Amino acid sequence: MRSLYFYLTSILVAAAFFMFARWLGNDYLFFAGYTVLQFIVLATAWNILGGYCGYVNFGSAAFFALGAYSSVAVHKLAAGIDRYFPESLTGLAHAVLPLPIPVLIVIAGIVSGLVGFGTGYLTLRLRGAFFAIATLALAVVLQTLIVNWDFVGGSRGAYIIRPSDVPIIGSYIQYLFLVMLVLSIVAIATARLIEQSRLGYGFATIRDDEIAAEACGVPTLRLKLVATTISGALMGMAGAPFPYYIGYLEPSSAFGLSYAVNSIAMPMIGGTTSWVGPLVGAILLGTLQQVATVTISSAVNLLIVGLLLIGFVIAAPRGVVGLVQDFMRKGSAPTNTPTWRSRLAAFANMRPGAR
Amino acid sequence: MADPLLHVENLGKRFGGFVALEGVNLSVAQGERVGLIGPNGSGKSTLVNCMCGTLHNETGSVHFDGHVMDGLAAHERTHRGMARSFQLPRPFVTLTVAENLRIPLLYTAHTRAGRHLTQEESAARCHELAGLVGLAAKANKLPRDLTQVEMRKLELARAMAADPKLLIADEAMAGLSQSEVDEIVALLITMNQRGVTIIMIEHIMRAVMAFSQRLVVLVTGKKIADGTPQEVVGHPEVIGAYLGQ
Repeated sequence: MRSLYFYLTSILVAAAFFMFARWLGNDYLFFAGYTVLQFIVLATAWNILGGYCGYVNFGSAAFFALGAYSSVAVHKLAAGIDRYFPESLTGLAHAVLPLPIPVLIVIAGIVSGLVGFGTGYLTLRLRGAFFAIATLALAVVLQTLIVNWDFVGGSRGAYIIRPSDVPIIGSYIQYLFLVMLVLSIVAIATARLIEQSRLGYGFATIRDDEIAAEACGVPTLRLKLVATTISGALMGMAGAPFPYYIGYLEPSSAFGLSYAVNSIAMPMIGGTTSWVGPLVGAILLGTLQQVATVTISSAVNLLIVGLLLIGFVIAAPRGVVGLVQDFMRKGSAPTNTPTWRSRLAAFANMRPGAR
Repeated sequence: MADPLLHVENLGKRFGGFVALEGVNLSVAQGERVGLIGPNGSGKSTLVNCMCGTLHNETGSVHFDGHVMDGLAAHERTHRGMARSFQLPRPFVTLTVAENLRIPLLYTAHTRAGRHLTQEESAARCHELAGLVGLAAKANKLPRDLTQVEMRKLELARAMAADPKLLIADEAMAGLSQSEVDEIVALLITMNQRGVTIIMIEHIMRAVMAFSQRLVVLVTGKKIADGTPQEVVGHPEVIGAYLGQ
């Protein structure tokens, strides 16, 4: 029943937001909203490995870029069917290509998921700072590969000319916004499902004590592979529509520092052990950055993230979720009678141990 | 001894140039209560870690319940029925007491029962285990809210949640008061009466003598004595190791 409420609430909130933005009739709202939604997916994906398992990934930008470049590669294939396909397959290729964005998202998810699996496999024995450095190295290696891969534009970048509108919805940016909205719900639902499952408990034991987890029968290495694969796949999925959003993709924008920093800072500020944390963090920081971009300058974005992160680490190390949780625990009745606070805590799946 | 539950043969482990274990042989029968003693640094915890798969032995082999354990990961050994508690309690700090007990039920119980437990079965088992160690009232508390003795009890209850055939209790009484030691010994004997074979590693001789049916003594990585508690405490080498020659 809790899950039904969750899905109904998510769909209603998403639909209400979309209709409100359409009613305002301002396309900038969709541009800005797309970025915030993209960060919700990135932060949620990062949190599956970083928050639930305690493995800090500094290479979020690499997975994001991998998703974006998967789309570019497929787009390029579609643009040069006669050049890249044998004559016998051109008819089929013309019928299939170009692929719609949802299919590109699935392809990006598979590619990034496989790279996530590989990263997990190669770094199985690494922990703490060593794992973080390995993921940073992955980003550098992948960026070097992309810079030298001429097919996707290399260092000069690639132009993607997107259609001006789509049937039914109209404006293409509204379509991209809608796609990212659905992807955000998918990412949050995945995180929530994991949290409440056997897998989520397994992840929590990895975060707390791997040796004790093994002694309890938890296959820690296998679970870490699952986490790196799911997290990588979702990050790649967030990147898939990006070339169509930005129009011109070059390595330094796809592998930008802001993706790595934001996808860590947002869950840290929101709270890392509940799916609510990355959502709150991404909405808070993402919106602040969009406001700063139009009122001051986009150059101030990372400064905001840094200052907020320092503030939260000092004042509220368990993030916004931790603050809310403390408030709810103070108000909870000593009996087992459910209160609105305990119901809210149950809905958000906030465990008492969340930090 | 016919078909021992645990059979350790010629076990050896080195850390660089330091020989931690050398040619250790040990057999434990089904239902037995064995005390494993030895001075600090004698290799007791290394032996436990090698048996449970936390460390890999360089020589020798571990047989458990008719299977060779060498090469199996720690979690696979737990699935086969070998559980342990740690010298320093290692609770899952962000999970409640009940959730701590639930982990082995989620990840190990099905390997023995042949199916995953339902939520109701799992909750009932958690409640039973928490009751067994006297933590029922604190089931929804975090480990940080427990006292030292409660933490030790949680360790033992979590190991028991895996429904083990063999429980290895590594210094479960270190740092406890006399009455608390008695509580843990009584708890271990109760567990043994439920059919669990127990190896207890301990320094507190009063507890060791009260608990053990058989005593094994390790000194500098070698087994120097193995017999009934009365035989072992009178063994000249054991007296020499504990009191000096």
